[in-house]
Amino acid sequence: METALIIKLVLILVIFGITMFIALYSTFAERIIAAYFQDRVGPNRAGPLGLLQPLADGVKMFTKEDFIPNTPNKWLFIVGPGIAMSTALMTSAVIPWGKSLDLFGLHIDLQVADVNIAMLYVFGVVSIGVYGIMIGGWASNNKYSLLGAVRASSQMISYEVAMGLSIIAVLMLVGSLSLRDIAEKQSNFIDWTGKFPYFSWIVFKQPLAFLVFLICSFAETNRTPFDLPECEAELIGGYHTEYSSMKLGFFLFAEYVNMFISSTIIATLFFGGYNYPFYDTVATAAGLNAAAILGVVVLFAKIFFFIFFFMWVRWTLPRFRYDQLMNLGWKILIPLSILNIIITGVVILLTN
Amino acid sequence: MTDFTSISLSGKKVDVSRKEMTLSEQLYLPGIIKGMGITMKHFFSRKKTIQYPEQKREFSPVYRGRHVLMRDENGAERCTACGLCALACPAEAITMKAAEREKGEEHLYREEKYASTYEINMLRCIFCGLCEEACPKEAIFLTEELVNPEYTREGFIYGKDKLVMNQQQQVL
Repeated sequence: METALIIKLVLILVIFGITMFIALYSTFAERIIAAYFQDRVGPNRAGPLGLLQPLADGVKMFTKEDFIPNTPNKWLFIVGPGIAMSTALMTSAVIPWGKSLDLFGLHIDLQVADVNIAMLYVFGVVSIGVYGIMIGGWASNNKYSLLGAVRASSQMISYEVAMGLSIIAVLMLVGSLSLRDIAEKQSNFIDWTGKFPYFSWIVFKQPLAFLVFLICSFAETNRTPFDLPECEAELIGGYHTEYSSMKLGFFLFAEYVNMFISSTIIATLFFGGYNYPFYDTVATAAGLNAAAILGVVVLFAKIFFFIFFFMWVRWTLPRFRYDQLMNLGWKILIPLSILNIIITGVVILLTN
Repeated sequence: MTDFTSISLSGKKVDVSRKEMTLSEQLYLPGIIKGMGITMKHFFSRKKTIQYPEQKREFSPVYRGRHVLMRDENGAERCTACGLCALACPAEAITMKAAEREKGEEHLYREEKYASTYEINMLRCIFCGLCEEACPKEAIFLTEELVNPEYTREGFIYGKDKLVMNQQQQVL
């Protein structure tokens, strides 16, 4: 019992550390990748290849003046970025990072909590994320912050509907809300068990759901082309106009953590998670532990690809107008995902 | 009555296309993929950055940077404070005071009259090079050096201490 507790604690710390590290270096990667897309080279002065740039940014953030505006809700003003950050970090608890490891006679599941309602938990936590932005914007006591916060919350609430509906088709296919079950369902790459072989990754069975989910996750993480809550031209800085120092840092950092987590969820739901082609062959040849560790590496490769994809889209597409955003969400994505549910249901009925 | 909507003064007028979007255009996805292809092409293209302190952009041979007041081959200042440069200057950036050469200063100043103060306001200067053209004594030239940043506006008023070339510098 105690060893299990210690294992979980260590796992939590490791995942927390990795999440923070990746989010930290995502800020650096964002700048480098943005520069490369614009024929520049990006920051390369701080340390070798500019690798100490995130540290320099962090030190700068910490040492800036921490300003609190004249607001009646000082406490809420402080709590806002805290909620944004903690909700961004909470989601990583239910993600299966790999199959289990057997080390030193211990059985280690590479997942903090195998909850059977993992997807529901993810949606719950993501919904709380709106509060961080809303509270922060409201407590700023500033018109523009409030406008940005209202935009952010209405956008996130609208897109959560389409996101949830797009996931339902996947859940019908798998028959479980547990992310572990969803990942296991996509084992290997080609499924030989059925009447005829088929790609087991869900993206091949649910391309429409994947597309809708991808678009919605862009909206949920407030990134271009849906970064209206913080569009500089109209709202100065959106909900974080009044924030400075590390409170601003938390808001900006939460975006990168969110990006990492949504990349992970996309990879787990649609791209097989820690599965890779010939997983079983590797497992029999090199042992279960080696196969599991390779699985973790593969999962991170998928995650990095999606983080890159997020940035790629950011530096390609212009921002939506607000009515276009709402039209896309309510008039296109929601009907599309409902249609997808109906088609999936009919196909499941016919094949059984 | 002339139809003013058909007039094009520049000859470059293009009417806005109001044709219906095709299905693939309405989907936007082909357009997005095409755009992402373009950005990806730029991702792998050669970078145009010049790493400044280590690399420097080549100046053109006729580049006009900050001024220098020349000395002759014996190290004496060539300027005789005739004031033609100040007269030619369209930005009125040059001011000077003339003084007479004393005995024993022949190694410092080439002719009997010299500039005791000579100031160029680098914030006013437009680097047109007319002072260089006006100078009858070949005393003022524009170099390839840039004007350094300063903390105050006063710092940009360059006196003789900054303008006159060093004794060691090569005579042009």
